[in-house]
Amino acid sequence: MESLLITILVTSVPILLAGTGELIAEKSGVLNLGVEGMMLTGAVAALGSVLIFGNPLAGIFFGALAGILISLIFSFFTIFLMTNQVATGLGLTIFATGLTGLIGEPFVGKTISSLPKIEIIFLSDIPFLGSIFFKHDILFYLSILLIIAVHFFLIKSRYGIIIRAVGDNHDSAHSIGYPVKIIRLLCVGFGGMCAGMGGAYIPLVLTPHWSEGMTAGKGWIALALVVFASWLPFRLLLGALIFGGITILQFVGQARGWPFPSQFLNMLPYLVTIIALSIISIKTRSGNTLVPSSLGKPFLENN
Amino acid sequence: MDKKNSKTLLKASGLTKKFGSFVANDSINIEIKKGEIHALLGENGAGKSTLVKMFYGLLAPDEGNIKFNNKIINLLNPKFARAMGIGMVFQHFSLFPALSVSENILISLDEKLTKKQLEKSIINTSKKWGLKVSPSKKVAELSVGEQQRVEIVRCLLQKPKLLIMDEPTSVLSPQEIVNLFKVLKNLSKSGCSILYISHKLHEIKEIASKVTILKSAKVVDTMETKNVSTNILAEKMVGKKIIRLKAKKNLKKLKSNLALSVNNLYRFKKNQFGVTLNNINFTIDYGQVLGIAGIAGNGQVELMEALSGETLGKKEEIIFENKSIGNSKIEYRRQLGIEFVPEERNNHATVPDLKLHENTFLTFFGYHIFNKSFFNKIFTNPKLSIQASKQIEKKNDVRCPYDNPLAKQLSGGNLQKFVIGRAFQANPKLVIISQPTWGVDIGAANIIRQKILNLASMGKAIILISQDLDEIFELSDSIGVISNGNLSKIKNKKNMTPTQVGLLMGVS
Repeated sequence: MESLLITILVTSVPILLAGTGELIAEKSGVLNLGVEGMMLTGAVAALGSVLIFGNPLAGIFFGALAGILISLIFSFFTIFLMTNQVATGLGLTIFATGLTGLIGEPFVGKTISSLPKIEIIFLSDIPFLGSIFFKHDILFYLSILLIIAVHFFLIKSRYGIIIRAVGDNHDSAHSIGYPVKIIRLLCVGFGGMCAGMGGAYIPLVLTPHWSEGMTAGKGWIALALVVFASWLPFRLLLGALIFGGITILQFVGQARGWPFPSQFLNMLPYLVTIIALSIISIKTRSGNTLVPSSLGKPFLENN
Repeated sequence: MDKKNSKTLLKASGLTKKFGSFVANDSINIEIKKGEIHALLGENGAGKSTLVKMFYGLLAPDEGNIKFNNKIINLLNPKFARAMGIGMVFQHFSLFPALSVSENILISLDEKLTKKQLEKSIINTSKKWGLKVSPSKKVAELSVGEQQRVEIVRCLLQKPKLLIMDEPTSVLSPQEIVNLFKVLKNLSKSGCSILYISHKLHEIKEIASKVTILKSAKVVDTMETKNVSTNILAEKMVGKKIIRLKAKKNLKKLKSNLALSVNNLYRFKKNQFGVTLNNINFTIDYGQVLGIAGIAGNGQVELMEALSGETLGKKEEIIFENKSIGNSKIEYRRQLGIEFVPEERNNHATVPDLKLHENTFLTFFGYHIFNKSFFNKIFTNPKLSIQASKQIEKKNDVRCPYDNPLAKQLSGGNLQKFVIGRAFQANPKLVIISQPTWGVDIGAANIIRQKILNLASMGKAIILISQDLDEIFELSDSIGVISNGNLSKIKNKKNMTPTQVGLLMGVS
């Protein structure tokens, strides 16, 4: 039981990180469907840098950096050339899948050392809970702190309100003097960084060797997660645990020979998202808008 | 107002702004005194918005300079303008619906305040000027009037020396306009100058002491409003004499003149914001214009939807030339010879991102489908719709920025002329028009009104739904008033006065 819960928590980290980043990007009005690609890029950069520098911490840094860099491609096209965000995001994932396959080729068969576990004094001694929550790697703690920080940042801080404002009505934001494009560039960059770290988590903690396409759809789940969470950080945390739990159930189910197909569980995150979307749609009709209004719309300075 | 004592606050000299080869402002000179309400008058596209965007730092002038308090200022972005003491209330607002009122205000204040300080100063300011706002509400929940108050409070919190107001009354009810004018007059007494943009002449006469008139990117004249009649203002703005409408010819009354009758029309509201139509009854004869007056949001949209076939009901509710069409779709009604011009020209009457000829095709669809061979039912020939479009443009003086533009690239007035022209092009027997001149400049409005009268002279029937009482009285033969989903008895215009109509509008 204990180990099952730990596995669920750890499995949730990549989608939580990627989801956190995508949440900020979408709050600013940019729909980046390239999450899967950015995670792959982060994964291969992390793995490669650990092989070169021998230090798993370098993996976090280079994973994040790679995520930022590849998100710049997306930003350049969608924000400055005003291309269609959906098509560009899909393109980014396809591009990154190929690119990481190429870069990762020499890494095949090599194994890296994982991120060390950090036991938090006193807290890790609490029976049962201690070993579940407080004996993890640094990226685990970071991901939790990050989503809490994002929550308060979005609601309380001036910059958080500005990001929400840009996502709500970019023309208004422009007309009162905010640099819409720069703000979006930064938000998408943050999204890239988080997706990169989320991707890095996979080789650094979960499976310490390279295989092509090793994110295995986690980027898509992260995208669904943001919608499921209706763009609210704490719901995102909850959703990440649920989606992580479902993923683990697949393996448990297969191992124990449960009488329903694993494909059904595979499908669950998306099914849950569709249900969440329907609920959001009903709420929206009653005047409670959760979706950032200018999500996916290119901003044209109308001179 | 002692002229010698009033100092100049803002002076623009030789301001020129070009977009590519298009000159939006051509060496504009304007001078605004301290505490003065200065009106900026001009038709749509005359360059008013471009000019004030330069004052607010949203656009940089290509030539010329702006002096503020006798110093040349260089406004790189709106923050600079706000720091100088220039505030602006936008026509379509610059608010964020998903954020609360106080959040909306917070992010446009350059001064950094805590939440408590901010709410306190919002409440103080709103009390001081009599502008009621509630800081914790979301903007999406507010009425248009309230939203405008938020914008004004937001500007006033910065203690502006110059307040720019872009067409502030186009969205307000008469009562709200009275309140707004009180606030503006008090502001000007307290020493704040106001640059008031409008194309409504009587408003300018009422509120402003001076007026600068723009026409095709240039200043035509600057004058004291005291010494000038609205007629002269109108002529300067349009650049030619305003031609009075030619009265329509009345047809001989025939027994078989009945075009449409609506009997006990009932539609339950679609959502909580809608209006239920209750037992609507009226008839209209050929050669007649029936005006339906009323304040916006009293069931006009719902009535239009029921008449056009966007919402369907019982067969007998609507009878056109002995055919019961209450449950017939819009296409069938079109084929019978009824055309519709809904109130929203963008998104409703046209698809903004389609070209004009494609928009023409969409309403001519029925004719294409039913009168053509099998081959032509599947494939369309764009030549035909381009031809039809060109005719509509020519007949209705639709001015396009270039050949065959997207619908959204037309100015409001031109798009409206196109939409109405398109309805007339189909040679209809009955046209139902909603708010035909809303937000349209005088020149275009006059053309549109004349078209409506001409059409009635030709024996067509016209139902005119309008908020504009002057328009209703100018065009209609008989008048009904819609209020909270109920339609008053239809009366001959001769037996009705604007006061009576106003009273009927108020019944809730």
